Amino acid sequence: MKGSIEVRKAFRRRNLAALGCFALLAVLTLGSSIVTSFDWPASLRAFPKAIGWMAANFIPNDRALRNAPKIALKLAETVLVSIMATVIAAACAFAMAILGSKTTRPHPLVSGIVRLIASLCRNIPVVAWAMILLLSFGQNILTGLISLFIGTFGFLTRAFMETVDEAAESSVEALRASGAPWLATVTQAVVPSIMPQVASWMLYMVETNIRDATLVGILTGTGIGFLFDLYYKSLNFPSAAFVVLCIVAVVILIETGSNALRRVIL
Amino acid sequence: MAILAISNLTKFYKDVRALSNVSLRVKAGEFVTVIGRSGAGKSTLLRCVNRMIEPSSGRIEFDGTDMRSLGRRELRRARTRIGMIFQHFNLVPRQTVIENVLHGRLGYKSTLHGSLGIYSDDEKNHAVEVLERLGLAEAMHKRCDQLSGGQKQRVGIARSLVQDPRLILCDEPIASLDPSSAKTIMDHLYRISRDMKITILMNLHQVDIAIKYSDRIIGIREGEVVFDGDPKRLKKKTVAEIYGSDAGDILFEESAE
Repeated sequence: MKGSIEVRKAFRRRNLAALGCFALLAVLTLGSSIVTSFDWPASLRAFPKAIGWMAANFIPNDRALRNAPKIALKLAETVLVSIMATVIAAACAFAMAILGSKTTRPHPLVSGIVRLIASLCRNIPVVAWAMILLLSFGQNILTGLISLFIGTFGFLTRAFMETVDEAAESSVEALRASGAPWLATVTQAVVPSIMPQVASWMLYMVETNIRDATLVGILTGTGIGFLFDLYYKSLNFPSAAFVVLCIVAVVILIETGSNALRRVIL
Repeated sequence: MAILAISNLTKFYKDVRALSNVSLRVKAGEFVTVIGRSGAGKSTLLRCVNRMIEPSSGRIEFDGTDMRSLGRRELRRARTRIGMIFQHFNLVPRQTVIENVLHGRLGYKSTLHGSLGIYSDDEKNHAVEVLERLGLAEAMHKRCDQLSGGQKQRVGIARSLVQDPRLILCDEPIASLDPSSAKTIMDHLYRISRDMKITILMNLHQVDIAIKYSDRIIGIREGEVVFDGDPKRLKKKTVAEIYGSDAGDILFEESAE
């Protein structure tokens, strides 16, 4: 009997804790809207009008469809740049991950430096990188490529490091114990163990980079982002809408393709 | 002649003492089992031998070499003569059996040959021969993630055998296996020690199995050696002392009078 009272108490405590968390989140949201003087009623009232405007202007028309060849060309450019940035970044990130991971690092100091560089690259947004690089490299494909490269490099270094620690730790231990040289341990045990995850992360980054490349392109005046910006600023909204639809279609297509690829690899 | 002589080995993890003043000698070809509770320091002891864990103080002499005095390169050379078998097998799951076995040769190779995975015909023949002896010839080209636990451990044994080791360290080699696979593994290790005169130093949880297979048993409690001798001399009272409380009753039931 005493036991069941204890159990009921424990459950009541758990429910109260959940309620407390929920209340805290509600208070935080409400507090934020007061601090930023966010006007809820006015904002909600703005929705119907905004949606109405989008429905009226942001629908591709005949004229927009005539731009299809130009859009396809720029989209292809964007996709290729994204793939290029991902592949180059992955190669560099792979080397850095081997130097940085707990399992394979040659020295803790090296690992610390690698982590610092990766974190710096990752935590400055790609768009910020693009704006910084714009000043030194100018408005061209190279600037976009380097911005995507830096962000991807930072992210993949960390992802690969975790993959190495997760997938290769035990076999590395075995090979180290047998007196195998460091480089042989990396190529014979680490590489085959992490290859599927590495491929999966790369596919994910290609998808992400196509989305980011659009944003970066607006700044660097290249790729599909440039075209969107052009149509948008010349008030050619149907064409701008068509560009957005094309991007969505391509991203979904690539996502589907890479999911199929993942199933084969993993 | 002692192939392994450990004297006054002590290991601290920060302030926690994992091993204190452990001294023991293992003769060439001997089958020695270390028993003790989880966390008693068995694993640390084993890994101090090949310096996968750095000892805090003490002396470890393997085959006439003072292990603690070795530099990086010399340590690698010394490790080629010490095989190691793990509870979780520590194979590369996506590679085939033969590829995993040949990994045991990497310690003998130049960085270039090792990194490219180039093995000589002699090495390949040796690997095949070892696999045949362990009854794995048919599974040779299977990927290791398709094998049963017992088969995986046999691949682990094969990998250590192609090293031509003088000593094999076995860290709980049967702890994740079913009883029948466990028996197969223990029989193989027993034969390796008897027929190939390879010294075995093994951590084990199962006292009855330790008694059945070992030439000598070492009992460790809280980092100290509390028993070192013939399995026949291991009495209920000693087991109780090693494991604490009345664990001796359960563990001892069928294995000794």
